[in-house]
Amino acid sequence: MTTSTYLARKDVLLILLFAALIMALLPLALDPFRLNLVGKYLTYGFVAIGLVICWGDAGILSLGQGIFFGLGGYCMAMFLKLEASSVGATKIQSTPGIPDFMDWNQITALPWFWRPFHSLTFALVAVPMVPALLAFVIGVAMFKRRVGGTYFAIITQAIAAILTILIIGQQGYTGGVNGITDLRTMKGWDIRSDHAKLVLYFANAILLVASLLIAQFVRRSKLGRILVAMREREDRVRFSGYDVAAFKIFAFCFAAALAGIGGAMFTLQVGFMSPSFVGIVPSIEMVIFCAVGGRTSLLGAVYGALAVNWAKTTFSEDLPQLWLFAMGTLFIAVVVVFPNGLAGLYRDHIAPRLGRFLRPQLRLAPTGDGRKQGATR
Amino acid sequence: MTAETNFLLAVEGLSVSFDGFKAVDDLSFYVDQNEIRVIIGPNGAGKTTVLDLICGRTRASAGSVTFRGHELTRLPEHEIVRAGVGRKFQTPSIYEDLSVFENLEISFPRGRSVFGALAFRRDYLVRERVQDVAGMVFLDGMLGERAENLSHGQKQWLEIGMLLVQNPLLLMLDEPVAGMSVSERKKTAELLHRIIRDRAVLVIEHDMGFVADIAHRVTVLHQGKVISEGSLAHVKADPKVVEVYLGH
Repeated sequence: MTTSTYLARKDVLLILLFAALIMALLPLALDPFRLNLVGKYLTYGFVAIGLVICWGDAGILSLGQGIFFGLGGYCMAMFLKLEASSVGATKIQSTPGIPDFMDWNQITALPWFWRPFHSLTFALVAVPMVPALLAFVIGVAMFKRRVGGTYFAIITQAIAAILTILIIGQQGYTGGVNGITDLRTMKGWDIRSDHAKLVLYFANAILLVASLLIAQFVRRSKLGRILVAMREREDRVRFSGYDVAAFKIFAFCFAAALAGIGGAMFTLQVGFMSPSFVGIVPSIEMVIFCAVGGRTSLLGAVYGALAVNWAKTTFSEDLPQLWLFAMGTLFIAVVVVFPNGLAGLYRDHIAPRLGRFLRPQLRLAPTGDGRKQGATR
Repeated sequence: MTAETNFLLAVEGLSVSFDGFKAVDDLSFYVDQNEIRVIIGPNGAGKTTVLDLICGRTRASAGSVTFRGHELTRLPEHEIVRAGVGRKFQTPSIYEDLSVFENLEISFPRGRSVFGALAFRRDYLVRERVQDVAGMVFLDGMLGERAENLSHGQKQWLEIGMLLVQNPLLLMLDEPVAGMSVSERKKTAELLHRIIRDRAVLVIEHDMGFVADIAHRVTVLHQGKVISEGSLAHVKADPKVVEVYLGH
């Protein structure tokens, strides 16, 4: 239909605008320190994209995306840590060649699950696959039994808490509450230099735009429509011959894999990974920035991730004790006043005016575009 | 055995109880090819439960449902659908946020797996089928409309259309004309007669005028049991039916 191609073109145009913003405007306007911060915020954009598919479209609220962000981040950190722990670099330890925190915890050999992370290829595959695999196991256990809604949200929250406790408790294997720190090089390339940070920023930006395009493709396929249909009328979809659980598992795994990639890019740009990015609070923050941006709009959610994290840094610099209150207020405001977030405000107020102002001929096109994606519930 | 007969659907000894209450009690009936069968009965007779049992929404505690020689009671819902059983719910169950076209398209029997749906393309086969069905259910001019904006009767038709796109061999309709105007009921009756050429239809209905328009045979349920079966004239004359249902 003509409407669809128009929509596709408009969506792609908005994605290109976003790409121009993060790849040209911000790098030119910001100093390396601030740009690195933006790069860090953008890693949460991956989580936001996943949440749009999983929560916005399929209606599966996961309060445990930190699990997958953290797992991806840890997979990357494990590789980098092993590279930083060569026998030569760690010869003062009682067991040279293992990460320093293992040595401090009287561990004398590299645990079996660390060994494959000597390989960069394995680590890169593990970054999306480990989170997706865990999501698959959780998804099969929950969705096949038709656990959904609030119960599912609570269970994901519990798993986030369990994983945090596990990481902190198993200090010898995980680095404990400090996380995995002192990461230096990737295949001999120093990731701490300004130049490396710039390269990583762009790699992150390109991956993010690619993820946006992939998610856009998924949403525009029949699968995307089935996810929305499932959110509205699960039984109707089931009795149209679809295995509803399989579609939910897909959406959840997709979101998990993206979150994992975000986590890995976070580790690379920030230089460490710790349980403080895994638990309940970060997981809820992820849902909040997705809601603020607009959970039914890919770009909205990514802008939300940027805006909320930027606000968090700004607030925390000046009034750290007020940040949690500010975020709570923001979340309540989103739920009560603008349920479709920034993207909803844009669709309802700015886009129509912009269209009238810039391209009067577009008024002839059907105006169903905003409503089509902006499900109100 | 039933597998040897040429009934399309054979329900035998079907029972289910909810907390000790027997909603359906040792129920048996048979539906032929190309037949429109109507199930009537007072409220709470177990009519909707029977449809739920056939399509797998509720699991039977005893008995069997055989469809073209295959046992259905153990299959998951989506496989019962794929075997050829379509089910319409009592209140119109459509996707309000999607267009009429998209509503019909989702039922198209291709790309039903996750990756199949990802690779699904809207080719001419899909367009043609959706167009055809939209014409049958009186919605040809409304394909681009958001389903939310349809009238109640049109929503009922849309859901019937969604079933037709699936091309089921057995179509189960739970009060399809509830809330329809007289002229809409007439059109629905014509529609049912037109579509049964390649399938059977099982309908739950209260409106006796509509029943008279469509029914080949009528099954009367009362307290989860069949109390009478046959032509409409036959069951109307049955004193048991008059006592529990029509007499009131």
